[in-house]
Amino acid sequence: MKAIEAKNITHHYGKITAVDDLSFTVGEGELFGFIGPDGAGKTTLFRIAATLIIPSGGRMTLFGLNVVSGFRELRNHIGYMPGRFSLYQDLTVEENLRFYATIFGTTIKENYYLIEPIYRQIEPFKKRRAGQLSGGMKQKLALSCALIHKPRVLILDEPTTGVDAVSRTEFWEMLEGLKEEGITIIVSTPYMDEALRCDRIALMQQGRLMGIDTPAAIRSAYGRKLWSVSHPERYRLLLALRKMPQVAASEPFGDSVHMTLHEGAIPEDVRRMLDEAGIHDAAINEATPGIEDVFLELMKKEVRRSEV
Amino acid sequence: MAFVRKEFLHIFRDFRTLIILFGIPAAQILIFGYAVRTDLKNAGVAILDNARDEVSQELTKKIDASEFFYINRQLDSYDEIDATFKQGRIKAVIIFPDRMASGIAREGKATVSIIADGSEPNTASLVTGYVTGILNDYSATLTGDVTSSMPVINPEVRMYFNPNLESHFMFVPGVITLILILICALMTSVTIVREKEFGTMEVLLVSPLKPWQIIVGKVTPYFFLSLVNVIVILLMAWFVFGLPVRGSIALLISECMLYILLGLSIGILVSASVSKMENAIFISFLALMLPSLLLSGFIFPIENMPKIYDYVSMILPPRWFVEIIRAIMIKGAGFGYIWKETAILAGMTMILMIISSRKFKTRLEEGER
Repeated sequence: MKAIEAKNITHHYGKITAVDDLSFTVGEGELFGFIGPDGAGKTTLFRIAATLIIPSGGRMTLFGLNVVSGFRELRNHIGYMPGRFSLYQDLTVEENLRFYATIFGTTIKENYYLIEPIYRQIEPFKKRRAGQLSGGMKQKLALSCALIHKPRVLILDEPTTGVDAVSRTEFWEMLEGLKEEGITIIVSTPYMDEALRCDRIALMQQGRLMGIDTPAAIRSAYGRKLWSVSHPERYRLLLALRKMPQVAASEPFGDSVHMTLHEGAIPEDVRRMLDEAGIHDAAINEATPGIEDVFLELMKKEVRRSEV
Repeated sequence: MAFVRKEFLHIFRDFRTLIILFGIPAAQILIFGYAVRTDLKNAGVAILDNARDEVSQELTKKIDASEFFYINRQLDSYDEIDATFKQGRIKAVIIFPDRMASGIAREGKATVSIIADGSEPNTASLVTGYVTGILNDYSATLTGDVTSSMPVINPEVRMYFNPNLESHFMFVPGVITLILILICALMTSVTIVREKEFGTMEVLLVSPLKPWQIIVGKVTPYFFLSLVNVIVILLMAWFVFGLPVRGSIALLISECMLYILLGLSIGILVSASVSKMENAIFISFLALMLPSLLLSGFIFPIENMPKIYDYVSMILPPRWFVEIIRAIMIKGAGFGYIWKETAILAGMTMILMIISSRKFKTRLEEGER
């Protein structure tokens, strides 16, 4: 049985379509990522999965239970972490955890082994109020609270937003640990680098899915060769590249610029033209496309399609 | 129940909540109690002397000479009374009858009218008390018999603006009414809406808890704290102002419980309708506090209002509750006298509970994004 099956899920807020005809499946024990910018519809989709919103159209089941008709039973099996850390700021770490344990009809002891690797890190502060924790610690506590009843599926809505880089890395290591416990995880993030850690990712934009695959497959699906051009004057470089007829696309990427060329064009042409434009000694190397490149490429196609 | 425990933790950790819960009731009792309990010193009175004989002049002198009063002005006719009161410089008008001295000589008695400004009930009763005292003293010197039980000069007291001059302790029922609606409706709506605003409601909804369990868990602490408040207010009224409960205390507490339930259901209804704490506070204050204060008959008697306000006040729970609690505390009435008001409150509670339980969703509402 699939952990999550969605068929033609659509949701409107008034005239705005937040989620537009999404169909996908998530296997049991899979770590499934939704990548997309703000407003892509990730939160709405996750709330539908968490039985909090009735979709305007389509059908979604978790472990064969419909999110609309089977919500009572489903709510025993869902661990949900909303975008804002849903902690009681005026309660201590321990009180928060105990409260969430009791409302899900369990105790801290019963499933302690599950949260132990996470909770151990914040246990020294268990008498501290949640409001006084750092972002990373709040996140760990919120995850512990979402896990305390040993859910079959974890729904994490942008769990790493507003958290420092070290905590983000730690957090993803924890998710991999949870996967080994057989818990299905769907997670959304605006960060491309986090996508690489998922088993599969779905790229979302304006409520639509632009592709679902493993990170590696999505990268290799990138059609053309990708070139990385670097020069100290990056902005001038970018402007020059964008004027060249041979260059199909150019986007800033870290310290360099990623570009693709039109059919028949070679990097040597570009180097020559850069020289003519007064940009000397630019380094041009072949690059492995990252998720971000794919994403930008897909977004452009999407724009072109909607313009037609 | 874990929910109740958690809710108590919220309450006791939040200083502001505690102030609202316990500071405001105490402050209100003291403010209402003491602010209206001014001692009388040099209050202005006006004299309308229809007699102009030696008795009336002697009395006028005595009144002016006392430390409590001074004669602000002498009036010439009844027509001036209203205007003089409206200027607000006098607390009472004392009217001596025609041919006072000869009346006493012939019939052995005379009647002096005292019209006091009833808009300040406490001052008014003090004024009439002191004037009556002066009149009685004078009667005694006339008859030469201090122990005479029949005063020669009869004071006839009337109140201007507030003819019935209800007990000046009526602020205690009023404060209870106000405090309960404040705590129950305001605090419960705020505490529920706070969960929405901080996003914790999302997780509560995803949990296997049923909506009624969430509601009961959230309001139970406020139910008990409100009861504690009622008891504190009653104790304060008794010890600080010497106002006992004349009627049955058990009946009083039961009626309070009913009213608390009503307040809680209003709070739940408000919280189900809004998603921001400011809105919850705004609605509670504007829609509950002000009408309770102004239209319940707590400060301004309903009988003196235009009819339209009378009808408006009928849909306000505080109006009925003020009547119930006054009847029990001050008149010592039993359930037989207040069953109608009780039934109205119970009906309102039922309706509100049904509406609010319908409105409280098992899911997130549209538009909450």
